[in-house]
Amino acid sequence: MKLSIGPIQYFWERQRVLDFYQQVADCPAEIIYLGEVICSKRRLLTFEDWLAIGNELQQSGKEVILSSLTLLEAASEMASLKKLCTNQSFMVEANDISAVQILYKQKQPFVTGPSVNIYNSRSLKLLAEKGLKRWVLPVELGLETLRDLQAERPEGVETEVFALGRLPLAYSARCYTARSHNLPKDDCRFKCIEYPDGRLLKTREEQDFLVLNGIQTQSALTHQVLDQLPSLRALAVDVLRISPQSEHTMHIVEVFDAALAGDDTDPLLETLLDLLPIGACNGYLLEHAGMNLNPEAKHETPQTA
Amino acid sequence: MELVCPAGNLPSLKAAVDNGADAVYMGFKDDTNARHFAGLNFTQRTFEKAVSYAHDKGRKVYVAINTFPQPAGFERWKAAVDQAADYGVDALILADMGVLDYASSKWPDLRLHLSVQASVTTAEGIGFYHDNFGIRRVVLPRVLSVRQVAHVITQSPVPVEVFGFGSLCVMVEGRCLLSSYATGRSPNTYGACSPASHVRWEETGDGTNTRLNGVLIDHYAEGEKAGYPTLCKGRFQVGEHTFYALEEPTSLNTLSILPELRKIGVSAIKVEGRQRSPAYVAQVTAVMRAAIDSCMENPVGYQAKSQWMRELSNVSEGSQTTLGAYHRPWQ
Repeated sequence: MKLSIGPIQYFWERQRVLDFYQQVADCPAEIIYLGEVICSKRRLLTFEDWLAIGNELQQSGKEVILSSLTLLEAASEMASLKKLCTNQSFMVEANDISAVQILYKQKQPFVTGPSVNIYNSRSLKLLAEKGLKRWVLPVELGLETLRDLQAERPEGVETEVFALGRLPLAYSARCYTARSHNLPKDDCRFKCIEYPDGRLLKTREEQDFLVLNGIQTQSALTHQVLDQLPSLRALAVDVLRISPQSEHTMHIVEVFDAALAGDDTDPLLETLLDLLPIGACNGYLLEHAGMNLNPEAKHETPQTA
Repeated sequence: MELVCPAGNLPSLKAAVDNGADAVYMGFKDDTNARHFAGLNFTQRTFEKAVSYAHDKGRKVYVAINTFPQPAGFERWKAAVDQAADYGVDALILADMGVLDYASSKWPDLRLHLSVQASVTTAEGIGFYHDNFGIRRVVLPRVLSVRQVAHVITQSPVPVEVFGFGSLCVMVEGRCLLSSYATGRSPNTYGACSPASHVRWEETGDGTNTRLNGVLIDHYAEGEKAGYPTLCKGRFQVGEHTFYALEEPTSLNTLSILPELRKIGVSAIKVEGRQRSPAYVAQVTAVMRAAIDSCMENPVGYQAKSQWMRELSNVSEGSQTTLGAYHRPWQ
């Protein structure tokens, strides 16, 4: 199984992003996703900047994919998407069906991100016929569905699983970070830059519940599948995605790399838990509520695909 | 503009038809549609009666099979498609690509409408479903401003239907997993958001707590009317403040912008509320019928009557209404 680094979900200062990808160039992850997937107002890096980062990473031996915006509302966002899809250097991750349509019409192969709803084999087959080369399992789907999908997967299509990160749960026309500062989206003052891991939302009894990241809502807990690697391997998963956090992402990649190399998982899991902003969950993979953590399930291995 | 009204059961369907709906939409008693609630929806017997009632009065019947089957359940969605087609309904409202592929191949003459659950907000996206499955109409998610809806309409290969009244989803439909994060069940995988199976009402010393799988969604003081704990409509703590961080309980109400919707070329207005009572359906259908007729007859002189607004507020969440994303400042 390979490791990928998913697109940065948050709004970071330009230099922070550049420094991050300098580190990425030397890390064990083979596949790197670049680009803004949440909000078109976040423009500290231009399209040309992303291409430049991509070129450098490619020269370091990485496979580079450009990720597209997840929720498209404005005509200008469609124009940017079209521009992204015409790039000749890198394959595009479609995070909305609009991108799939554009890429298909241009006869270009593509990747789909977790927000493109592939829930069954017929959908997967259909998209494979349109040029799908890799897809990311929608995050709420579990091992049983993954097993069934892998059993019928089309030739030449790689399967990627969201292996670590705060879960992308919802997208809105509203900007929740701005709203938490009593500001409308059109005058957001880029508040989301103040929250490099998103802004925490708690219940009225102080349970850490969700995270506000601009128009996206995430889980407060970090989904992690480190203790499920044997199952994922048995199901012939090709890529594990690590979603960047403001800190420790490279260390996390090393932990997963060590696990894939066969190192003992228990101490690695302990190390991993210390690197997360709040704590871990893995319910989705085990057909539970996403927020649950099920340590008793870690020794289960489903039937091989 | 066609008025499309919800039919959660036979009495509601009759209420919709009797009060002037041009079309009704309904579902089967299972997770093949996104209003999978106990006591709701149609069995074989009531389904037949429903279709007859509507067709006898010259109204259309649309069947929602708009959730996303996983491999283990796919045959059930195919069976639902076949069953609806057998009954001679006027259109299916679908979201999943696999189901659309099945329906368009097996029943090439059956009209397919693209559900809001397909989460399509652009003409290109609509084009995908039109090119591949021959959809004949699209229902747009409630995330676009009126201007953005207008833009989509100018480039859409098919007529556009928009929500005109009812409970509001603040997150783009079809890609919201908040409910399954908390409970393991989402509209996509189970046909329900914030399912009743996981709801608990707790009387405390100083009021009522509403919980979803144990998570505190809101607390109501004595005398405060406790609402159903739909996850995104709770009050939460962000920084120093406790407030409706995601959305207030409120209903969408487009009465005041009907002329604009007509002008930009909206083909159908959809009322949300299959889980609501026949009284709700009767009231909302009657008001929307009167308003649409008034708007079509005299778009320039149209005014949303205060009586209409009052009647709609009475059946609205939190007794208040909003223009939602149609109105840019709301975003």
